[in-house]
Amino acid sequence: MTNPNVILEVKNLNVEFTTDDGVVHAVNDVSYTVERGKTLAIVGESGSGKSVSSLAVMGLLTGANSKISGEVYFNGNELIAADPEAVRKLRGDEMAMIFQDPLSALHPYYTIGDQLAEAVRVHNDVSETQALERAAEMLAKVGIPDVDQRIDDYPHQLSGGMRQRVMIAMALINGPELLIADEPTTALDVTVQAQILDLLRELQKEFGTAIVLITHDLGVVADLADEVLVMYGGSAVEHAPVREIFYSPQMPYTWGLLASIPQISAKKEQLDPIPGSPPSLLNLPKGCVFAPRCTFKDQVADHACANTFPELLAVSPDHEARCHLSETQRNTIRAERKIGKVN
Amino acid sequence: MFPYIVRRIFIMIFMLTILSIVTFLLFNAVPTDPARLTCGKTCTPEIVAANRIRLGLDQPLYTQYIDWIRGIFVGRTYGSGSATFDCATPCLGYSFRNGEEVTVLILDAVPVTMYLAVGAFLLWMLIGISSGIIAAKHHGKWQDRAIMGVSLVGYSLPVFFLGLLFLVFVIVRWNLLPYPDYASPFEDPVAFFQTMLLPWLTLAILYAAYYARLTRSQMLETMGEDYIRTARAKGLSERVVFRKHALRAGLTPIVTSAGLDLAGLLGGAVITEYIFSLPGLGRLAIGAVTDYDLPTITATVLIAAVFVIVANLIVDILYAAIDPRVRLT
Repeated sequence: MTNPNVILEVKNLNVEFTTDDGVVHAVNDVSYTVERGKTLAIVGESGSGKSVSSLAVMGLLTGANSKISGEVYFNGNELIAADPEAVRKLRGDEMAMIFQDPLSALHPYYTIGDQLAEAVRVHNDVSETQALERAAEMLAKVGIPDVDQRIDDYPHQLSGGMRQRVMIAMALINGPELLIADEPTTALDVTVQAQILDLLRELQKEFGTAIVLITHDLGVVADLADEVLVMYGGSAVEHAPVREIFYSPQMPYTWGLLASIPQISAKKEQLDPIPGSPPSLLNLPKGCVFAPRCTFKDQVADHACANTFPELLAVSPDHEARCHLSETQRNTIRAERKIGKVN
Repeated sequence: MFPYIVRRIFIMIFMLTILSIVTFLLFNAVPTDPARLTCGKTCTPEIVAANRIRLGLDQPLYTQYIDWIRGIFVGRTYGSGSATFDCATPCLGYSFRNGEEVTVLILDAVPVTMYLAVGAFLLWMLIGISSGIIAAKHHGKWQDRAIMGVSLVGYSLPVFFLGLLFLVFVIVRWNLLPYPDYASPFEDPVAFFQTMLLPWLTLAILYAAYYARLTRSQMLETMGEDYIRTARAKGLSERVVFRKHALRAGLTPIVTSAGLDLAGLLGGAVITEYIFSLPGLGRLAIGAVTDYDLPTITATVLIAAVFVIVANLIVDILYAAIDPRVRLT
């Protein structure tokens, strides 16, 4: 079981929140592994549980109303049942996280130099001066110009792209083995998005960091990911290498995601959105979570989609999907609708 | 930072000018003849007419206003010839009811109100903020519920009720403290503390309750901020997250409230001073109102307004010092 190449293994992760309205099933039985130096993209709509699952991995879901079960192995050590103090020591050192909105994620009252130096000093016994030197080094590495002056800037004095570079510098400053990037480019301009992705790719190559990339942007996925986990309604619905997801997707929700990407070559005036809206996690549908929005559920006999949640089954050795449609049915539909590259 | 302060000071001077004009018009809007008020029952029309000229009340309004303002800065001399009266700088007028320069009355009252306000302020900030922080730290647990419950009671008790309650029980019934008799802390510190203890508590309980709730909600809001999650993601211990990252940001808005509340009290805690017979600004103002002592009314209003405006300036400067985002504006 213990593959030395695996940095993170998540097994049967469940996260529930108790609220006044009832129990929110935010993450249901999600499993995945991340290999050293590789990138796993977790894709899904808002409320699909992708952020919550990674916060649980980081040990950042500490609210009294949250209940986490399952196993998370980081470098072979289980984290969910571990002493929170031990997990805290890993955080920011061996595993780090960057967030969607870098303006609100940086403290408005401290200079970026102070915030980076603080990250160094939590995990290393060095002086403030040494920590600041390390901070300056790292800021230069993520492409902040005039570091000598910028290091004394407050977050609000920087542009959005610069702020996200600062966040990346702060996350990578202790050379973590795993970086969880929660929608790192969502709040940024499109031109800046590309720069940030390039930066992440370069730094990943340099430090050999494994990345869990949380996003809803399939363009970002194609750019950076090695493997993709598609989440819907708190469950993993498809899991495959990135090529497979784009060339041979097996689950109607993934088809919907792919169809809703705007394409310049297509001679269409409108995009193809997925009809309906994501399920309420308070009250998940009885059968397949995606059934209420699925166009193909009538092709399955005995209303199976409305009654039983399909298993995550292997389509090929490294490709799993949840769907009641038979492989023949799926291939026919994909051929008809030109979903993925059907050669 | 420096241009910011200079600009704020200019704005302050402008506001004070407007305020002095409004206060002055107030003086003239009262439906009595200020000259008539200068002498008692044995008044004759001749005395009133003479006093009117002597006080400059026969002059047009703007001249009176300029004389009044000039009096504040360089002092003024009432009357002419042999019957003159000098009012020293800063001259706020002459109170015929008290037979005293208004400035002297104010200067006697200000320290009393200041001791009352500052003492209560320190008490309530200490109690209010610390219990608010404890409540926020134990959000949802019994500590939180207990503090919030007690503070709701404290917040619901009006000053006149709480003050009277203290007076009746602690002093009259149980004789735990002597009857209030104000003495300067430099002359008789024991009497001073015995007199001030209950007024301090009366004000502090009300404000502490409010500040506990304010602090709690501010801290809870701050603890939900993204940068707190970032601080945790860095691996900082919960103690550092709370003290270094949450506390400073969470307490910033409280500076604003605290400055303005203190300033409001410095202008006179009318009810508390009245209940506990403290010869402060509030009681001076009330006495002046019931006696139609116009120069004193104007002066107390002006002083209270100056306190609020100056406090505003200090709060703004403090805010800029705490929150770097404010400095650019």
